[in-house]
Amino acid sequence: MLGSTRAEITKLVRRPASWLLLAVAVVLSLTFTYLVPYAGANGAADGAPNATRGVAETLPEHLVGNSIGGLPVFAGAILLILGVLAVGGEYGWGTWKTLLAQGPSRLTVYGAKIAAVALASLAVVLALFATGAVTSAAIAAAEGAPADWPSFVDLAAGIGAGWLMAAMWAGLGVVLAVALRGVALPIGLGLVWLMAVQNLLSAIAAPLLDWVAKLQEWLPGPNAGSLAASLGTSPDTPGVATLVGDGHAVAVLAGYLILFVGVGGLLLRRRDIL
Amino acid sequence: MFPVETRELTKRYGQLVAVDRVSLTVRPGEVYGFLGPNGAGKTTTLRMLLGLVRPSSGTVRLFGEDVGQSLGDVGALIEGPAFYPYLSGRDNLRVLARYAGCPAGRVGVVLDLVDLTDRAGDRYGTYSLGMKQRLGVAAALLKDPKLLILDEPTNGLDPAGMADMRRLIRRLGAAGKTVLLSSHMLGEVQQICDRVGVVSGGRLIAESTVAELRGGARLRVVADPIQDAAARVRALVGQDRVRVEDGALELDIEAGKAAWINAELVGAGIDVSELGVRERELEDVFLELTHVG
Ligand SMILES: Nc1ncnc2c1ncn2[C@@H]1O[C@H](COP(=O)(O)OP(=O)(O)O)[C@@H](O)[C@H]1O
Ligand SMILES: [Mg+2]
Repeated sequence: MLGSTRAEITKLVRRPASWLLLAVAVVLSLTFTYLVPYAGANGAADGAPNATRGVAETLPEHLVGNSIGGLPVFAGAILLILGVLAVGGEYGWGTWKTLLAQGPSRLTVYGAKIAAVALASLAVVLALFATGAVTSAAIAAAEGAPADWPSFVDLAAGIGAGWLMAAMWAGLGVVLAVALRGVALPIGLGLVWLMAVQNLLSAIAAPLLDWVAKLQEWLPGPNAGSLAASLGTSPDTPGVATLVGDGHAVAVLAGYLILFVGVGGLLLRRRDIL
Repeated sequence: MFPVETRELTKRYGQLVAVDRVSLTVRPGEVYGFLGPNGAGKTTTLRMLLGLVRPSSGTVRLFGEDVGQSLGDVGALIEGPAFYPYLSGRDNLRVLARYAGCPAGRVGVVLDLVDLTDRAGDRYGTYSLGMKQRLGVAAALLKDPKLLILDEPTNGLDPAGMADMRRLIRRLGAAGKTVLLSSHMLGEVQQICDRVGVVSGGRLIAESTVAELRGGARLRVVADPIQDAAARVRALVGQDRVRVEDGALELDIEAGKAAWINAELVGAGIDVSELGVRERELEDVFLELTHVG
Protein backbone atom coordinates (compact mmCIF):
# COMPACT_ATOMS: atom_id res chain seq x y z
CA MET A 1 0.00 0.00 0.00
CA LEU A 2 2.85 2.36 0.83
CA GLY A 3 4.59 1.57 -2.46
CA SER A 4 1.31 2.05 -4.31
CA THR A 5 0.67 5.38 -2.62
CA ARG A 6 4.14 6.56 -3.53
CA ALA A 7 3.49 5.51 -7.10
CA GLU A 8 0.26 7.52 -7.17
CA ILE A 9 1.96 10.56 -5.66
CA THR A 10 4.70 10.31 -8.28
CA LYS A 11 2.08 10.20 -11.02
CA LEU A 12 0.31 13.30 -9.67
CA VAL A 13 3.47 15.29 -8.99
CA ARG A 14 5.03 14.54 -12.37
CA ARG A 15 1.89 15.44 -14.25
CA PRO A 16 2.00 18.96 -15.68
CA ALA A 17 -1.78 19.33 -15.36
CA SER A 18 -1.54 19.06 -11.55
CA TRP A 19 0.75 22.08 -11.39
CA LEU A 20 -1.39 24.02 -13.80
CA LEU A 21 -4.42 23.43 -11.57
CA LEU A 22 -2.48 24.52 -8.49
CA ALA A 23 -1.31 27.66 -10.26
CA VAL A 24 -4.84 28.51 -11.41
CA ALA A 25 -6.22 28.00 -7.90
CA VAL A 26 -3.58 30.25 -6.37
CA VAL A 27 -3.76 32.97 -9.02
CA LEU A 28 -7.57 33.13 -8.93
CA SER A 29 -7.60 33.14 -5.16
CA LEU A 30 -5.03 35.92 -4.88
CA THR A 31 -6.66 37.96 -7.62
CA PHE A 32 -10.16 37.99 -6.20
CA THR A 33 -9.32 37.92 -2.50
CA TYR A 34 -6.45 40.40 -2.42
CA LEU A 35 -5.56 42.14 -5.66
CA VAL A 36 -9.03 43.24 -6.77
CA PRO A 37 -10.10 44.55 -3.32
CA TYR A 38 -6.74 46.25 -2.88
CA ALA A 39 -6.81 47.83 -6.31
CA GLY A 40 -10.48 48.74 -5.79
CA ALA A 41 -9.73 50.49 -2.51
CA ASN A 42 -7.09 52.46 -4.37
CA GLY A 43 -9.57 53.48 -7.04
CA ALA A 44 -7.96 51.46 -9.84
CA ALA A 45 -10.76 49.10 -10.71
CA ASP A 46 -14.16 50.50 -9.91
CA GLY A 47 -16.96 48.05 -10.48
CA ALA A 48 -14.85 44.88 -10.40
CA PRO A 49 -16.26 42.10 -8.18
CA ASN A 50 -15.27 42.58 -4.54
CA ALA A 51 -13.90 46.02 -5.47
CA THR A 52 -15.80 47.69 -2.65
CA ARG A 53 -14.24 45.52 0.00
CA GLY A 54 -11.89 47.56 2.08
CA VAL A 55 -8.19 47.08 2.41
CA ALA A 56 -8.93 46.01 5.99
CA GLU A 57 -10.43 42.80 4.66
CA THR A 58 -7.15 41.83 3.00
CA LEU A 59 -5.00 42.13 6.11
CA PRO A 60 -3.40 39.12 7.88
CA GLU A 61 -6.14 39.18 10.51
CA HIS A 62 -8.52 37.70 7.90
CA LEU A 63 -6.12 35.08 6.56
CA VAL A 64 -8.30 32.08 7.45
CA GLY A 65 -11.54 33.35 5.93
CA ASN A 66 -9.74 34.70 2.89
CA SER A 67 -7.81 31.49 2.23
CA ILE A 68 -10.81 29.14 2.29
CA GLY A 69 -13.26 31.58 0.69
CA GLY A 70 -12.88 30.10 -2.81
CA LEU A 71 -13.42 26.49 -1.80
CA PRO A 72 -17.25 26.49 -1.86
CA VAL A 73 -17.19 27.30 -5.59
CA PHE A 74 -14.24 28.03 -7.84
CA ALA A 75 -11.38 26.45 -5.90
CA GLY A 76 -13.77 23.57 -5.31
CA ALA A 77 -14.07 23.28 -9.09
CA ILE A 78 -10.29 23.05 -9.38
CA LEU A 79 -10.23 20.24 -6.83
CA LEU A 80 -13.04 18.45 -8.60
CA ILE A 81 -10.94 18.53 -11.77
CA LEU A 82 -7.96 17.22 -9.81
CA GLY A 83 -9.99 14.30 -8.50
CA VAL A 84 -11.31 13.51 -11.98
CA LEU A 85 -7.83 13.62 -13.50
CA ALA A 86 -6.28 11.39 -10.84
CA VAL A 87 -8.76 8.61 -11.47
CA GLY A 88 -10.21 9.32 -14.91
CA GLY A 89 -6.78 9.47 -16.52
CA GLU A 90 -6.46 5.71 -16.05
CA TYR A 91 -9.58 5.22 -18.17
CA GLY A 92 -8.52 7.75 -20.77
CA TRP A 93 -5.10 6.19 -21.26
CA GLY A 94 -6.31 2.63 -20.75
CA THR A 95 -3.77 2.19 -17.97
CA TRP A 96 -6.00 0.39 -15.46
CA LYS A 97 -5.07 -2.93 -17.04
CA THR A 98 -1.38 -2.00 -17.03
CA LEU A 99 -1.53 -1.21 -13.31
CA LEU A 100 -3.66 -4.16 -12.31
CA ALA A 101 -1.59 -6.61 -14.34
CA GLN A 102 1.21 -5.89 -11.88
CA GLY A 103 -0.84 -7.64 -9.25
CA PRO A 104 -2.27 -5.08 -6.81
CA SER A 105 -5.96 -5.46 -6.02
CA ARG A 106 -8.31 -2.81 -7.34
CA LEU A 107 -8.94 -1.53 -3.86
CA THR A 108 -5.22 -1.22 -3.18
CA VAL A 109 -4.87 0.99 -6.24
CA TYR A 110 -8.00 2.91 -5.32
CA GLY A 111 -6.83 3.41 -1.75
CA ALA A 112 -3.48 4.66 -3.00
CA LYS A 113 -5.25 7.10 -5.30
CA ILE A 114 -7.48 8.38 -2.53
CA ALA A 115 -4.44 8.88 -0.30
CA ALA A 116 -2.60 10.75 -3.05
CA VAL A 117 -5.61 12.92 -3.86
CA ALA A 118 -6.15 13.68 -0.16
CA LEU A 119 -2.54 14.81 0.17
CA ALA A 120 -2.83 16.86 -3.02
CA SER A 121 -5.98 18.52 -1.61
CA LEU A 122 -4.09 19.42 1.53
CA ALA A 123 -1.23 20.76 -0.57
CA VAL A 124 -3.62 23.04 -2.48
CA VAL A 125 -5.14 24.33 0.76
CA LEU A 126 -1.70 24.95 2.27
CA ALA A 127 -0.63 26.75 -0.91
CA LEU A 128 -3.71 29.00 -0.63
CA PHE A 129 -2.84 29.80 2.99
CA ALA A 130 0.86 30.34 2.29
CA THR A 131 0.44 32.60 -0.72
CA GLY A 132 -2.37 34.43 1.05
CA ALA A 133 -0.13 35.00 4.07
CA VAL A 134 2.66 36.43 1.94
CA THR A 135 0.27 38.68 0.01
CA SER A 136 -1.56 39.97 3.09
CA ALA A 137 1.74 40.62 4.86
CA ALA A 138 2.89 42.61 1.85
CA ILE A 139 -0.34 44.63 1.85
CA ALA A 140 -0.03 45.27 5.58
CA ALA A 141 3.53 46.46 5.12
CA ALA A 142 2.59 48.69 2.18
CA GLU A 143 -0.33 50.25 4.05
CA GLY A 144 1.52 50.53 7.34
CA ALA A 145 -1.32 48.50 8.88
CA PRO A 146 -0.85 46.11 11.82
CA ALA A 147 -0.18 42.44 10.96
CA ASP A 148 -2.41 40.67 13.48
CA TRP A 149 -2.07 37.01 12.52
CA PRO A 150 -4.80 34.54 13.44
CA SER A 151 -4.12 32.32 16.44
CA PHE A 152 -2.64 28.89 15.90
CA VAL A 153 -5.94 27.25 16.80
CA ASP A 154 -7.90 29.36 14.29
CA LEU A 155 -5.30 28.63 11.66
CA ALA A 156 -5.42 24.88 12.30
CA ALA A 157 -9.24 24.90 12.25
CA GLY A 158 -9.18 26.86 9.00
CA ILE A 159 -6.73 24.51 7.35
CA GLY A 160 -8.71 21.52 8.57
CA ALA A 161 -12.00 22.95 7.29
CA GLY A 162 -10.35 23.88 4.00
CA TRP A 163 -8.95 20.39 3.65
CA LEU A 164 -12.39 18.88 4.31
CA MET A 165 -14.03 21.03 1.62
CA ALA A 166 -11.17 20.41 -0.81
CA ALA A 167 -11.19 16.65 -0.26
CA MET A 168 -14.97 16.52 -0.57
CA TRP A 169 -14.92 18.18 -4.00
CA ALA A 170 -12.01 16.03 -5.11
CA GLY A 171 -14.03 13.03 -3.91
CA LEU A 172 -16.92 14.14 -6.11
CA GLY A 173 -14.46 14.23 -9.01
CA VAL A 174 -13.26 10.72 -8.16
CA VAL A 175 -16.70 9.17 -8.03
CA LEU A 176 -17.79 10.90 -11.25
CA ALA A 177 -14.64 9.66 -13.01
CA VAL A 178 -15.24 6.08 -11.89
CA ALA A 179 -18.95 6.19 -12.67
CA LEU A 180 -18.48 7.69 -16.15
CA ARG A 181 -15.14 5.97 -16.84
CA GLY A 182 -13.32 8.91 -18.30
CA VAL A 183 -12.25 12.50 -17.94
CA ALA A 184 -14.18 14.87 -20.18
CA LEU A 185 -17.77 14.09 -19.22
CA PRO A 186 -17.10 13.95 -15.46
CA ILE A 187 -15.35 17.32 -15.55
CA GLY A 188 -18.11 18.81 -17.67
CA LEU A 189 -20.94 17.55 -15.51
CA GLY A 190 -19.12 18.35 -12.29
CA LEU A 191 -18.55 21.94 -13.39
CA VAL A 192 -22.13 22.33 -14.52
CA TRP A 193 -23.21 21.34 -11.03
CA LEU A 194 -20.66 23.48 -9.21
CA MET A 195 -20.77 26.61 -11.32
CA ALA A 196 -24.35 26.63 -12.63
CA VAL A 197 -26.82 24.38 -10.82
CA GLN A 198 -25.65 25.37 -7.34
CA ASN A 199 -26.07 29.04 -8.20
CA LEU A 200 -29.47 28.55 -9.77
CA LEU A 201 -30.66 26.62 -6.74
CA SER A 202 -29.52 29.18 -4.22
CA ALA A 203 -30.32 32.33 -6.21
CA ILE A 204 -33.55 31.36 -7.93
CA ALA A 205 -35.10 28.13 -6.69
CA ALA A 206 -34.50 28.35 -2.94
CA PRO A 207 -36.24 31.73 -2.45
CA LEU A 208 -39.29 30.48 -4.39
CA LEU A 209 -39.62 26.90 -3.26
CA ASP A 210 -39.59 25.91 0.35
CA TRP A 211 -38.39 22.38 -0.22
CA VAL A 212 -35.42 23.59 -2.24
CA ALA A 213 -34.51 25.90 0.62
CA LYS A 214 -34.68 22.90 2.95
CA LEU A 215 -32.70 20.78 0.50
CA GLN A 216 -29.97 23.41 0.40
CA GLU A 217 -29.13 22.56 3.99
CA TRP A 218 -28.09 19.08 2.87
CA LEU A 219 -26.20 19.88 -0.33
CA PRO A 220 -22.40 20.03 -0.39
CA GLY A 221 -21.99 23.55 -1.77
CA PRO A 222 -24.17 25.45 0.73
CA ASN A 223 -22.63 23.49 3.60
CA ALA A 224 -19.14 24.38 2.41
CA GLY A 225 -20.32 28.00 2.11
CA SER A 226 -21.67 27.94 5.65
CA LEU A 227 -18.47 26.45 7.01
CA ALA A 228 -16.39 29.11 5.24
CA ALA A 229 -18.67 31.85 6.56
CA SER A 230 -18.39 30.56 10.10
CA LEU A 231 -14.60 30.75 9.81
CA GLY A 232 -14.64 34.36 8.70
CA THR A 233 -15.05 34.38 4.93
CA SER A 234 -16.87 37.53 3.88
CA PRO A 235 -20.51 36.78 2.93
CA ASP A 236 -20.21 38.71 -0.33
CA THR A 237 -17.99 35.88 -1.63
CA PRO A 238 -19.85 33.70 -4.19
CA GLY A 239 -21.38 30.62 -2.59
CA VAL A 240 -20.66 31.81 0.93
CA ALA A 241 -23.64 32.32 3.24
CA THR A 242 -24.62 31.15 6.70
CA LEU A 243 -27.33 28.56 6.20
CA VAL A 244 -26.43 26.00 8.82
CA GLY A 245 -24.23 25.77 11.87
CA ASP A 246 -20.62 24.76 11.50
CA GLY A 247 -21.09 21.41 13.27
CA HIS A 248 -23.86 20.54 10.82
CA ALA A 249 -21.71 21.68 7.91
CA VAL A 250 -18.71 19.60 8.96
CA ALA A 251 -20.90 16.52 9.44
CA VAL A 252 -22.59 16.90 6.05
CA LEU A 253 -19.30 17.53 4.23
CA ALA A 254 -17.66 14.54 5.91
CA GLY A 255 -20.71 12.46 5.02
CA TYR A 256 -20.41 13.43 1.35
CA LEU A 257 -16.68 12.71 1.38
CA ILE A 258 -17.27 9.21 2.75
CA LEU A 259 -20.18 8.65 0.38
CA PHE A 260 -18.25 9.72 -2.73
CA VAL A 261 -15.16 7.71 -1.87
CA GLY A 262 -17.20 4.69 -0.85
CA VAL A 263 -19.42 4.63 -3.93
CA GLY A 264 -16.38 5.12 -6.17
CA GLY A 265 -14.64 2.16 -4.53
CA LEU A 266 -17.68 -0.08 -4.84
CA LEU A 267 -18.19 0.76 -8.51
CA LEU A 268 -14.54 0.25 -9.32
CA ARG A 269 -14.50 -3.09 -7.57
CA ARG A 270 -17.65 -4.38 -9.17
CA ARG A 271 -17.34 -3.41 -12.78
CA ASP A 272 -15.27 -4.91 -15.56
CA ILE A 273 -12.10 -3.07 -16.53
CA LEU A 274 -12.15 -2.63 -20.28
CA MET B 1 -0.59 -27.79 -11.50
CA PHE B 2 -1.05 -25.91 -14.77
CA PRO B 3 -0.04 -22.29 -15.22
CA VAL B 4 -3.43 -21.71 -16.82
CA GLU B 5 -6.52 -23.84 -16.63
CA THR B 6 -9.99 -22.63 -17.51
CA ARG B 7 -13.21 -24.59 -17.23
CA GLU B 8 -16.25 -23.73 -19.29
CA LEU B 9 -15.20 -20.09 -19.19
CA THR B 10 -17.99 -17.90 -20.57
CA LYS B 11 -18.54 -14.18 -21.00
CA ARG B 12 -21.76 -12.69 -22.28
CA TYR B 13 -22.29 -9.08 -23.27
CA GLY B 14 -26.06 -8.87 -23.48
CA GLN B 15 -27.06 -11.15 -26.36
CA LEU B 16 -23.48 -11.57 -27.57
CA VAL B 17 -21.53 -14.53 -26.24
CA ALA B 18 -17.97 -13.21 -26.52
CA VAL B 19 -16.42 -16.29 -24.91
CA ASP B 20 -18.35 -19.52 -25.00
CA ARG B 21 -17.48 -22.36 -22.60
CA VAL B 22 -13.75 -22.25 -23.20
CA SER B 23 -11.74 -24.91 -21.39
CA LEU B 24 -8.08 -24.53 -22.15
CA THR B 25 -4.91 -25.67 -20.48
CA VAL B 26 -1.47 -24.16 -20.71
CA ARG B 27 1.28 -26.52 -19.53
CA PRO B 28 4.39 -25.49 -17.65
CA GLY B 29 7.22 -24.28 -19.84
CA GLU B 30 5.36 -24.28 -23.13
CA VAL B 31 4.70 -21.45 -25.55
CA TYR B 32 0.98 -21.67 -26.15
CA GLY B 33 -0.55 -19.97 -29.14
CA PHE B 34 -4.07 -18.65 -28.70
CA LEU B 35 -5.14 -18.33 -32.28
CA GLY B 36 -8.26 -16.78 -33.71
CA PRO B 37 -9.51 -14.08 -36.06
CA ASN B 38 -10.36 -10.59 -34.82
CA GLY B 39 -13.39 -10.65 -32.56
CA ALA B 40 -12.98 -14.35 -31.73
CA GLY B 41 -12.85 -13.64 -28.02
CA LYS B 42 -9.10 -13.86 -27.37
CA THR B 43 -8.73 -10.57 -25.51
CA THR B 44 -11.87 -11.15 -23.47
CA THR B 45 -10.55 -14.56 -22.41
CA LEU B 46 -7.19 -13.10 -21.41
CA ARG B 47 -8.89 -10.30 -19.49
CA MET B 48 -10.79 -12.91 -17.54
CA LEU B 49 -7.52 -14.71 -16.75
CA LEU B 50 -6.27 -11.51 -15.12
CA GLY B 51 -9.49 -10.73 -13.30
CA LEU B 52 -10.07 -7.54 -15.29
CA VAL B 53 -13.35 -8.92 -16.61
CA ARG B 54 -15.59 -11.15 -14.52
CA PRO B 55 -16.71 -14.37 -16.18
CA SER B 56 -20.44 -14.83 -16.66
CA SER B 57 -19.78 -18.44 -15.70
CA GLY B 58 -16.94 -20.92 -15.54
CA THR B 59 -13.67 -20.80 -13.66
CA VAL B 60 -10.10 -19.67 -14.12
CA ARG B 61 -7.16 -21.12 -12.24
CA LEU B 62 -3.63 -19.80 -12.51
CA PHE B 63 -1.04 -22.10 -10.96
CA GLY B 64 -3.92 -23.86 -9.23
CA GLU B 65 -5.26 -20.74 -7.56
CA ASP B 66 -8.34 -18.64 -8.14
CA VAL B 67 -7.88 -15.36 -9.98
CA GLY B 68 -6.93 -12.43 -7.84
CA GLN B 69 -4.66 -14.44 -5.59
CA SER B 70 -1.94 -15.54 -7.92
CA LEU B 71 -0.94 -12.68 -10.18
CA GLY B 72 2.46 -12.68 -8.45
CA ASP B 73 3.76 -15.17 -10.98
CA VAL B 74 2.04 -13.57 -13.96
CA GLY B 75 3.08 -10.77 -16.26
CA ALA B 76 0.76 -9.56 -18.98
CA LEU B 77 0.35 -7.26 -21.93
CA ILE B 78 -3.34 -7.05 -22.84
CA GLU B 79 -4.64 -5.52 -26.06
CA GLY B 80 -1.90 -3.07 -26.82
CA PRO B 81 0.43 -1.15 -24.54
CA ALA B 82 -0.96 1.62 -22.30
CA PHE B 83 1.24 3.92 -20.25
CA TYR B 84 1.36 7.48 -18.93
CA PRO B 85 2.33 9.70 -21.86
CA TYR B 86 3.91 12.41 -19.71
CA LEU B 87 6.39 10.04 -18.06
CA SER B 88 9.49 8.56 -19.67
CA GLY B 89 9.56 4.85 -20.44
CA ARG B 90 11.84 4.31 -17.48
CA ASP B 91 9.66 6.31 -15.07
CA ASN B 92 6.59 4.44 -16.26
CA LEU B 93 8.30 1.20 -15.32
CA ARG B 94 9.43 2.65 -12.00
CA VAL B 95 5.85 3.51 -11.11
CA LEU B 96 4.73 0.01 -12.06
CA ALA B 97 7.61 -1.55 -10.11
CA ARG B 98 6.25 0.15 -7.00
CA TYR B 99 2.89 -1.48 -7.63
CA ALA B 100 4.48 -4.82 -8.34
CA GLY B 101 6.58 -4.55 -5.22
CA CYS B 102 9.68 -5.54 -7.14
CA PRO B 103 13.11 -3.98 -6.69
CA ALA B 104 13.82 -0.85 -8.75
CA GLY B 105 16.82 -2.66 -10.24
CA ARG B 106 14.45 -4.75 -12.37
CA VAL B 107 13.60 -1.68 -14.45
CA GLY B 108 17.06 -1.52 -16.01
CA VAL B 109 17.11 -5.27 -16.56
CA VAL B 110 13.83 -5.42 -18.46
CA LEU B 111 14.66 -2.31 -20.49
CA ASP B 112 17.80 -4.12 -21.63
CA LEU B 113 15.83 -7.27 -22.40
CA VAL B 114 13.56 -5.46 -24.84
CA ASP B 115 16.36 -3.31 -26.19
CA LEU B 116 14.87 0.00 -25.11
CA THR B 117 17.61 1.33 -22.85
CA ASP B 118 18.71 4.00 -25.33
CA ARG B 119 15.31 5.68 -25.45
CA ALA B 120 14.19 4.90 -21.90
CA GLY B 121 14.62 8.54 -20.85
CA ASP B 122 12.24 9.89 -23.52
CA ARG B 123 8.61 10.61 -22.83
CA TYR B 124 6.37 7.64 -23.62
CA GLY B 125 4.15 9.93 -25.68
CA THR B 126 6.97 10.32 -28.20
CA TYR B 127 7.51 6.57 -28.74
CA SER B 128 6.83 4.74 -32.00
CA LEU B 129 4.33 1.90 -31.87
CA GLY B 130 7.12 -0.67 -31.89
CA MET B 131 8.78 0.96 -28.89
CA LYS B 132 5.45 1.12 -27.08
CA GLN B 133 4.90 -2.59 -27.65
CA ARG B 134 8.38 -3.36 -26.37
CA LEU B 135 7.80 -1.24 -23.28
CA GLY B 136 4.59 -3.22 -22.79
CA VAL B 137 6.55 -6.46 -22.87
CA ALA B 138 9.12 -4.94 -20.51
CA ALA B 139 6.35 -4.11 -18.03
CA ALA B 140 5.04 -7.65 -18.29
CA LEU B 141 8.53 -8.93 -17.44
CA LEU B 142 9.05 -6.65 -14.41
CA LYS B 143 8.22 -9.29 -11.83
CA ASP B 144 10.26 -11.91 -13.68
CA PRO B 145 7.02 -13.90 -13.89
CA LYS B 146 6.76 -17.62 -14.53
CA LEU B 147 3.80 -17.05 -16.84
CA LEU B 148 3.80 -14.39 -19.51
CA ILE B 149 0.52 -13.47 -21.18
CA LEU B 150 0.95 -11.51 -24.40
CA ASP B 151 -2.11 -10.39 -26.36
CA GLU B 152 -1.18 -9.85 -30.01
CA PRO B 153 2.18 -8.28 -29.19
CA THR B 154 3.12 -7.90 -32.86
CA ASN B 155 -0.01 -5.94 -33.77
CA GLY B 156 0.83 -2.84 -35.73
CA LEU B 157 4.54 -3.58 -35.99
CA ASP B 158 6.49 -3.44 -39.24
CA PRO B 159 8.03 -6.71 -40.49
CA ALA B 160 11.37 -6.04 -38.80
CA GLY B 161 9.63 -5.17 -35.55
CA MET B 162 7.55 -8.34 -35.79
CA ALA B 163 10.67 -10.43 -36.33
CA ASP B 164 12.32 -8.80 -33.31
CA MET B 165 9.29 -9.42 -31.14
CA ARG B 166 9.10 -13.07 -32.21
CA ARG B 167 12.78 -13.54 -31.48
CA LEU B 168 12.26 -12.06 -28.03
CA ILE B 169 9.30 -14.33 -27.30
CA ARG B 170 11.21 -17.40 -28.49
CA ARG B 171 14.11 -16.42 -26.27
CA LEU B 172 11.81 -16.06 -23.26
CA GLY B 173 10.27 -19.43 -24.01
CA ALA B 174 13.72 -20.99 -24.31
CA ALA B 175 14.63 -19.44 -20.96
CA GLY B 176 11.92 -21.56 -19.37
CA LYS B 177 9.03 -19.13 -19.14
CA THR B 178 5.54 -20.31 -19.88
CA VAL B 179 4.11 -18.02 -22.55
CA LEU B 180 0.48 -17.61 -23.55
CA LEU B 181 0.56 -15.72 -26.83
CA SER B 182 -2.58 -14.65 -28.64
CA SER B 183 -2.46 -13.97 -32.34
CA HIS B 184 -4.61 -13.85 -35.42
CA MET B 185 -1.69 -14.94 -37.61
CA LEU B 186 -1.21 -18.63 -38.18
CA GLY B 187 2.30 -18.10 -39.49
CA GLU B 188 3.35 -16.32 -36.35
CA VAL B 189 1.97 -19.04 -34.11
CA GLN B 190 3.62 -21.72 -36.23
CA GLN B 191 6.98 -20.03 -35.87
CA ILE B 192 6.89 -19.59 -32.12
CA CYS B 193 4.47 -21.92 -30.40
CA ASP B 194 4.54 -25.48 -29.13
CA ARG B 195 0.82 -25.91 -28.75
CA VAL B 196 -2.14 -24.03 -30.14
CA GLY B 197 -5.69 -23.36 -29.10
CA VAL B 198 -7.90 -22.17 -31.92
CA VAL B 199 -10.86 -19.93 -31.09
CA SER B 200 -13.62 -18.79 -33.36
CA GLY B 201 -16.85 -17.09 -32.40
CA GLY B 202 -15.95 -17.44 -28.74
CA ARG B 203 -15.55 -21.23 -28.93
CA LEU B 204 -12.31 -23.15 -28.50
CA ILE B 205 -12.59 -25.33 -31.57
CA ALA B 206 -9.25 -27.12 -31.38
CA GLU B 207 -6.36 -27.52 -29.03
CA SER B 208 -3.38 -29.35 -30.43
CA THR B 209 0.30 -29.19 -31.26
CA VAL B 210 1.41 -27.00 -34.12
CA ALA B 211 2.51 -30.08 -36.04
CA GLU B 212 -1.02 -31.47 -35.90
CA LEU B 213 -2.54 -28.21 -36.92
CA ARG B 214 -0.15 -27.91 -39.79
CA GLY B 215 -0.73 -31.55 -40.81
CA GLY B 216 -3.05 -30.40 -43.54
CA ALA B 217 -0.41 -28.45 -45.45
CA ARG B 218 -0.68 -29.10 -49.18
CA LEU B 219 1.83 -29.99 -51.82
CA ARG B 220 1.63 -27.83 -54.90
CA VAL B 221 2.97 -29.24 -58.14
CA VAL B 222 3.27 -27.45 -61.48
CA ALA B 223 3.77 -30.04 -64.20
CA ASP B 224 3.33 -30.44 -67.94
CA PRO B 225 1.14 -31.95 -69.25
CA ILE B 226 -1.02 -31.23 -66.23
CA GLN B 227 -3.80 -33.75 -67.00
CA ASP B 228 -1.33 -36.64 -67.32
CA ALA B 229 0.29 -35.57 -64.07
CA ALA B 230 -3.11 -35.46 -62.34
CA ALA B 231 -4.00 -38.95 -63.55
CA ARG B 232 -0.66 -40.36 -62.47
CA VAL B 233 -0.80 -38.83 -58.97
CA ARG B 234 -4.42 -39.87 -58.51
CA ALA B 235 -3.36 -43.45 -59.18
CA LEU B 236 -0.65 -43.08 -56.53
CA VAL B 237 -2.40 -41.34 -53.64
CA GLY B 238 -6.10 -41.70 -54.29
CA GLN B 239 -8.77 -39.89 -56.25
CA ASP B 240 -10.01 -37.46 -53.61
CA ARG B 241 -6.64 -36.13 -52.50
CA VAL B 242 -5.77 -34.48 -55.78
CA ARG B 243 -7.24 -31.29 -57.19
CA VAL B 244 -6.29 -29.19 -60.18
CA GLU B 245 -6.31 -25.50 -59.31
CA ASP B 246 -4.98 -22.58 -61.37
CA GLY B 247 -3.05 -24.91 -63.64
CA ALA B 248 -1.33 -26.70 -60.77
CA LEU B 249 -1.93 -29.81 -58.70
CA GLU B 250 -2.96 -29.38 -55.09
CA LEU B 251 -2.12 -32.57 -53.21
CA ASP B 252 -3.57 -33.28 -49.82
CA ILE B 253 -0.56 -35.27 -48.59
CA GLU B 254 2.36 -34.86 -46.22
CA ALA B 255 5.11 -32.52 -47.28
CA GLY B 256 7.65 -35.32 -46.74
CA LYS B 257 6.32 -37.16 -49.80
CA ALA B 258 7.39 -34.41 -52.19
CA ALA B 259 10.56 -36.14 -53.39
CA TRP B 260 8.69 -39.35 -54.05
CA ILE B 261 5.99 -37.59 -56.08
CA ASN B 262 8.64 -35.78 -58.05
CA ALA B 263 10.49 -39.01 -58.88
CA GLU B 264 7.26 -40.73 -59.93
CA LEU B 265 6.24 -37.91 -62.25
CA VAL B 266 9.64 -37.51 -63.82
CA GLY B 267 9.83 -41.29 -64.20
CA ALA B 268 6.57 -41.16 -66.15
CA GLY B 269 8.05 -38.62 -68.53
CA ILE B 270 6.22 -35.64 -67.12
CA ASP B 271 8.04 -32.30 -66.73
CA VAL B 272 7.92 -30.96 -63.17
CA SER B 273 8.70 -27.25 -63.16
CA GLU B 274 7.66 -26.39 -59.61
CA LEU B 275 7.14 -28.32 -56.41
CA GLY B 276 6.40 -26.73 -53.08
CA VAL B 277 4.58 -26.97 -49.80
CA ARG B 278 1.67 -24.61 -49.57
CA GLU B 279 0.66 -23.78 -46.01
CA ARG B 280 -3.03 -23.60 -45.68
CA GLU B 281 -4.45 -20.20 -44.97
CA LEU B 282 -5.77 -19.58 -41.48
CA GLU B 283 -9.22 -19.30 -42.97
CA ASP B 284 -8.96 -22.80 -44.49
CA VAL B 285 -7.95 -24.27 -41.15
CA PHE B 286 -10.83 -22.51 -39.49
CA LEU B 287 -13.33 -23.65 -42.07
CA GLU B 288 -12.19 -27.20 -41.68
CA LEU B 289 -12.08 -27.07 -37.90
CA THR B 290 -15.49 -25.49 -37.56
CA HIS B 291 -16.87 -28.17 -39.87
CA VAL B 292 -15.43 -31.02 -37.85
CA GLY B 293 -15.94 -29.39 -34.45
N1 LIG C 1 -17.08 -4.56 -23.38
C1 LIG C 1 -17.67 -5.16 -24.39
N2 LIG C 1 -18.98 -4.96 -24.62
C2 LIG C 1 -19.60 -5.59 -25.63
N3 LIG C 1 -19.00 -6.44 -26.49
C3 LIG C 1 -17.70 -6.68 -26.32
C4 LIG C 1 -16.95 -6.06 -25.27
N4 LIG C 1 -15.69 -6.50 -25.34
C5 LIG C 1 -15.63 -7.35 -26.39
N5 LIG C 1 -16.83 -7.45 -26.98
C6 LIG C 1 -17.16 -8.30 -28.14
O1 LIG C 1 -16.74 -9.60 -27.84
C7 LIG C 1 -16.19 -10.22 -28.98
C8 LIG C 1 -14.79 -10.70 -28.69
O2 LIG C 1 -13.92 -9.59 -28.59
P1 LIG C 1 -12.39 -9.74 -28.26
O3 LIG C 1 -12.24 -10.61 -27.07
O4 LIG C 1 -11.81 -8.39 -28.19
O5 LIG C 1 -11.84 -10.51 -29.54
P2 LIG C 1 -10.36 -10.69 -30.07
O6 LIG C 1 -9.42 -10.24 -29.00
O7 LIG C 1 -10.24 -12.14 -30.37
O8 LIG C 1 -10.24 -9.86 -31.30
C9 LIG C 1 -16.27 -9.21 -30.10
O9 LIG C 1 -17.44 -9.46 -30.85
C10 LIG C 1 -16.40 -7.91 -29.37
O10 LIG C 1 -17.11 -6.96 -30.14
MG1 LIG D 1 -7.94 -8.79 -29.15
